[in-house]
Amino acid sequence: MADTTPGTPAGLPHTTVSAPGGVGTSAARPDGVLKVRGAFAFGSDLWHEDMLWGTTLRSPHPRARILAIDITEAVALPGVHAVLTHEDIPGEKFYGLEITDQPVLAIDRVRYHGEPVAIVAADHPETARRAAARIAVEYEVMAPITDAAEAADTGANGHVHEPGEYKAREAGNVVHRQRVVAGLGVTDEVRALADVVVRHEYEVGMQDQAFLGPESGLAVPAEDGGVDLYVATQWMHADQRQMCPVLGLPPEKVRLTLAGVGGAFGGREDISMQVHACLLALHTGRPVKIVYSREESFFGHVHRHPARLAYEHGATRDGRLVYVGARISLDGGAYASTSAAVVGNAASLGVGPYVVPHVAVEAAAYYTNNPPCGAMRGFGAVQACFAYESQMDRLAAALGMDPVELRCRNALQEGSVLPTGQVVDAPAPVAELLRRVRDMPLPPPADADPRNFPGGVANATRGEGVVRGVGYAVGVKNVGFSEGFDDYSTARVRLEAVGGEPVAEVHTAAAEVGQGGVTVHEQIVRTELGVGRVTGRPADTGVGSAGSTSASRQTYVTGGAVKTACEAVRAAVFERGMRRYGWSADVVSGLVLTAGKVVARDGLVVAELADLLDGAAIEETRVFRHRPTRALDPATGQGFAHVQHTFCAHRAVVDVDTELGLVKVVELAAAQDAGLMVNPAAVLGQVHGGSAQGLGLAVMEEIVVADARVRNPSFTDYLIPTILDTPPMRVDVLECPDPHAPYGLRGVGEASALSATPAVVAAIRAATGLPLRRVPVRPEHLTGT
Amino acid sequence: MRVTFTVNGRRTEADDVWEGESLLYVLRERLGLPGSKNACEQGECGSCTVYLDGATVCACLVAAGQAQGRDVRTVEGLAAGERLAPVQQAFLDAGAVQCGFCTPGLLVQAHALLAATPRPSDADIREALSGNLCRCTGYEKIMDAVRLAAGRRAGAETDPAGAEGAS
Ligand code: FES
Ligand code: FES
Repeated sequence: MADTTPGTPAGLPHTTVSAPGGVGTSAARPDGVLKVRGAFAFGSDLWHEDMLWGTTLRSPHPRARILAIDITEAVALPGVHAVLTHEDIPGEKFYGLEITDQPVLAIDRVRYHGEPVAIVAADHPETARRAAARIAVEYEVMAPITDAAEAADTGANGHVHEPGEYKAREAGNVVHRQRVVAGLGVTDEVRALADVVVRHEYEVGMQDQAFLGPESGLAVPAEDGGVDLYVATQWMHADQRQMCPVLGLPPEKVRLTLAGVGGAFGGREDISMQVHACLLALHTGRPVKIVYSREESFFGHVHRHPARLAYEHGATRDGRLVYVGARISLDGGAYASTSAAVVGNAASLGVGPYVVPHVAVEAAAYYTNNPPCGAMRGFGAVQACFAYESQMDRLAAALGMDPVELRCRNALQEGSVLPTGQVVDAPAPVAELLRRVRDMPLPPPADADPRNFPGGVANATRGEGVVRGVGYAVGVKNVGFSEGFDDYSTARVRLEAVGGEPVAEVHTAAAEVGQGGVTVHEQIVRTELGVGRVTGRPADTGVGSAGSTSASRQTYVTGGAVKTACEAVRAAVFERGMRRYGWSADVVSGLVLTAGKVVARDGLVVAELADLLDGAAIEETRVFRHRPTRALDPATGQGFAHVQHTFCAHRAVVDVDTELGLVKVVELAAAQDAGLMVNPAAVLGQVHGGSAQGLGLAVMEEIVVADARVRNPSFTDYLIPTILDTPPMRVDVLECPDPHAPYGLRGVGEASALSATPAVVAAIRAATGLPLRRVPVRPEHLTGT
Repeated sequence: MRVTFTVNGRRTEADDVWEGESLLYVLRERLGLPGSKNACEQGECGSCTVYLDGATVCACLVAAGQAQGRDVRTVEGLAAGERLAPVQQAFLDAGAVQCGFCTPGLLVQAHALLAATPRPSDADIREALSGNLCRCTGYEKIMDAVRLAAGRRAGAETDPAGAEGAS
């Protein structure tokens, strides 16, 4: 049985020593060699003798009643083994991460373009696709609710889900609403305190995670009537929890093992093909593999919420923020997914990393007939950051003040009070990060190589009409699951001697999605147990939940669990020493494990670890929880909602061809605080990757939804940055330890995805003088066409 | 139909191939060589890049029948047995591998670049790799990796002891 241990209390000294390949080193990825050889098995690479291929029939309509489904012709196709509709589901017909509102397969209606209606298994993927095309579905098409403003008017436009149908947190088409009010809020009296006021509306388009490895997995029916699923996902236990009622099976019969994950960024937090593959496998008695095509991938996962944001900032003449008012409206699409938590983030982080005496923020997410939106890197903080940082630039301009200086004057620091009433009880080096990016040397002007101008290899200009601009931004993101969520992780660590040498094994259910968690866990074991040889067991549901690989939380929470399990192993080692060699508690308190030995603080070797283990293995499983957080008060948004905050600042330099409306980002510089870099190379990788995604949102990435239909579900039409679009990135990392976190570390995965977007847009504004209130910025916004 | 061709130096046959199957499908699903990746199957991402008669192509855009009698080299054929190709080692050393889904395609493309242009400028590298999408790395470490591989190669040419040197 696992123990529950709270996080490292503040100020407790760490009994750790530096170890080769341990914490603080850029240890090599354990999966690296397999990955460069092409031998690493991603979800889509799995293969089983006798396996079938599954595929999904999806709705061509965003809103329609289903009058009839006829599968006769599909079943008759040679090679087809199963065609299933909602009628074939043995258990519950709905699932959902937070709210159980999503049908496994559409029942009497469809609510978005691409909603799964039926599934097919066949002996060749092409046969499966042809069979799906022969399923005849009779629809009665209805007018879709296409945006949040329409959704608010249920009288005119009706409901996406009939009232009372499911347990949305609010009534009507509102999924969730959160207000945050600080000081006096925003009243005429408060407005009168400001010398300068700026008021603007902003808009953020629908961004996609666009991970490269498609949704994929292999379901294998088991002899005990259960199923084994090998799948690319972010949180196996959450998948399992949602799948069991649908399959009508207990958890011990729905076993998941993590397959190689080709990126996630939030897009794999909800179930996609998991339950479909299992239904087909259990129905046919054969292994079933499902691999989404790129088009299906665009329909198969949730996207970043598009947002409309109305902001009002008031400041004194000397640049002190007096108040911020904001209304943030998020389009949640047809199903709730994690919309409620996204709303909580947008509201609680809605004014940014600034001290503001008077605040009134309201954020809400609405059901519409657009594609469902949910988790994506930055999770509600991205949309708000674009708006509040744009506002800070407007305010600086109105005050005639340097934009970095204005930000620094209002910057959050340790001890500051957030609009939620939460006191920042860890370093918050916001001003320092801004100064660091400002003080980096600027890149030289473009040289004559036309590849370096906007338009690049297309040779669109030789420099005429090209203007340069520089922009800054900073953002704040929470780490971990907030608002009272029981955010824990489990780790099992085993230590034994093999061939006279101590070796350790670490087992967690944490999903490695590319971020390097597998490396970090091994580093922690090396540091804590002083053992060079550490292997990670494949992540599966054979060990307790690790929670999701999201919210920048895995190094903190699963890292914390691994550390805690190691501490228990170490205690067991010392106990053996006490029994065997009669070490006193006093002696033990001065011992450390290093290089396979038990060593006293003065360096004297007290025992060989292998001797002490003497053929027996020590195995300990521990659960780690960070400090509890609290739900925000529904009316005022007050509460200790976030366990940790993470900050990143960017400077962007852009060249804009004002005639063609083309933007070339010349450089993107970042400064971020990591608390402590557990793996410096991995930290840099996260900052680079997040920055590139932020750049994408600034100038190119958008799922175009017209009349609730997705117009660009392909890499031809949904553009993500290529190596030509992505500039050199200078990164400066601060290490200001958080006394509440293991090793003082700070989650790093998301912060860089926030501020890159407003920094790039600020640079484009600086170059062109245009207001630019919407991202992505498109050529027509720059040329007025 | 049957397709007979050379894959990573070995004469290979694939049977019962449908007319519509791509070279990528045959490699991955019929020959057990899943190294070339299937990220878009539309020629947009470069994850499936392989050599076909010495030139890099997107295997997802090549009909399996077109490979008849020709020579294919995949990421699985870059290493010489246990020894990684220099560009593979450089990707590891530079930290250019995160999720690794783009890696096989990038490796083949970078391998081809360095064979043709041993000392590429940054602009050359960016141009050569512009058909290969990566969603994780922001490309910074990929640039480092290609520079590192090129530098080591140059080091090895001028200074036989310097093969480890440039980093
Ligand atoms: S899979 Fe071939 S180019 Fe994308
Ligand atoms: S490392 Fe994940 S796509 Fe490149």
